[in-house]
Amino acid sequence: MKTESLLEKALESGKFVVTAECGPPKGADTEILIKKGKSLLGWVDAVNVTDNQTAIVRMSSLAACSILKQLGHEPILQMVTRDRNRIALQSDLFGAYALGVRNVLCLTGDHQSFGNQKEAVGVFDLDSVQLLQTAHDMRESGIIIGGEAIQGPPQLFVGAAENPFADPVDWRVVRLGKKVRAGADFIQTQCIYNLSRFETFMTQAKDMGLTEKTAILAGVTPLKTAGMARYMATKVAGMDIPEELISRMANTPKEKQAEEGIKIAVETIQRVKEIPGVAGIHLMAIEWEHMVPEILQAAGVGNRPPEVV
Amino acid sequence: MIVAELKEIDEIRKMIDRYSSILVVGCDSCVAECAAGGARETQLLAAALRLSYLKDGQKRIISEACLDRQCVDDFIDGIAEQVPEHEVILSLGCGAGVQALARVYTDKPIIPALDTLFIGETQMRGVWTENCLGCGQCKLGYFGAVCPVARCSKKLMNGPCGGSKGGRCEIDPETPCGWDLIIRRLEAIGELDRLGEYVPPVNWSTSHSGGPRRVIREDQKQ
Repeated sequence: MKTESLLEKALESGKFVVTAECGPPKGADTEILIKKGKSLLGWVDAVNVTDNQTAIVRMSSLAACSILKQLGHEPILQMVTRDRNRIALQSDLFGAYALGVRNVLCLTGDHQSFGNQKEAVGVFDLDSVQLLQTAHDMRESGIIIGGEAIQGPPQLFVGAAENPFADPVDWRVVRLGKKVRAGADFIQTQCIYNLSRFETFMTQAKDMGLTEKTAILAGVTPLKTAGMARYMATKVAGMDIPEELISRMANTPKEKQAEEGIKIAVETIQRVKEIPGVAGIHLMAIEWEHMVPEILQAAGVGNRPPEVV
Repeated sequence: MIVAELKEIDEIRKMIDRYSSILVVGCDSCVAECAAGGARETQLLAAALRLSYLKDGQKRIISEACLDRQCVDDFIDGIAEQVPEHEVILSLGCGAGVQALARVYTDKPIIPALDTLFIGETQMRGVWTENCLGCGQCKLGYFGAVCPVARCSKKLMNGPCGGSKGGRCEIDPETPCGWDLIIRRLEAIGELDRLGEYVPPVNWSTSHSGGPRRVIREDQKQ
């Protein structure tokens, strides 16, 4: 074990790992967060806490991680390079570790033009690969950017995202390799709807020996409505939803669409489970966190009773 | 070159309405190339302002002049005689031109008529595109002469983000993905191998992050 991360421990055990996304509230209301957190408790190995996702101002990921940790979760701090420069990012890595966070997911983040602060400056001092290398170097060499030694280097389990569906398609696995070399212990993918493209991506990753060096968690997002499917297909960056899935949702009566969306998610989980190299799933049930137990049960993945410490 | 755009006349009027005599000064360099502030645009703006004040029943003295370069002292002297006769200079130069005029004509208000946008190229007639941020350490040689700092919306140095789709950027389908261009270009010149290497964090201290920059060349001083 490289770290004290419970996610690392779960991955090391060889079991099918489950992580889920938990979006902090748009405000300081801790009740909402605790409610979401409670619905996931006992069902996931670790919980991803998003960092102002789609550039919408929300409670800071770090604060929400700390709250969820107190609740008994193993938080994964999501960190985007859009809003903070290398001084703030590295400082937050120190702070997160000091508060008991053991996992970080290094991201660039959606462009600020998507969110509710369109006039903001986009910082992008680092990119996601550079942040990844930074967190990795802190752990392995006890240094910050520039090589200065630090007191009590954070021993973080470091992750990155990859989108197998973005273009240029052949480049995606090359970029995955770059992230693995920069120190990605785990990878969480973009939501998978196009299973054949994902299978191709996994074959490429396996052929390059990447699945032995990093744990790939397949991203799954249940569709709630046909409208959501269409919206995601056309408006959300980097999304690939095949037409047949959109029509499957659209051809389902409105009141049954949520059920159908869950069915699709369950089928996806069952399929990715069989793909060689997939270490687990990352469930992003956006504002639908309470459905996670039902989805996992239906997919036959089972629950994750919290470890008694 | 520097690419700029003419401001709306209402915005210009808000800034100059308080003056009774206005010297409209163009710049026949970059901003002429992008059809924003050259001799022709200067004449047009002066005419538009005259009409606008006439319509409102207000009197103004509006004269015009155009310098070859508003950002070079030797040329700026070209309007030395007209300046004292006017209360204000309305500059159609870029931000550098406006500030150079202010440095030379210390007792005169200088008002910008343009919004200065970027360093770019004339891609075709009527289309100008941004391709340099002046970061102070050109690495184009590694990226197939397509700049990741200026042409990727997120200044990514290690490859395209997850929002690149069909060669288009996630922020706007009209914007080409800079990284798609880099990869295609390196492919075309057979240098894709350059992209496998990790690119460390950029040293932004040579960019504007290091404060306002200047270049001093002793061999050029007289």
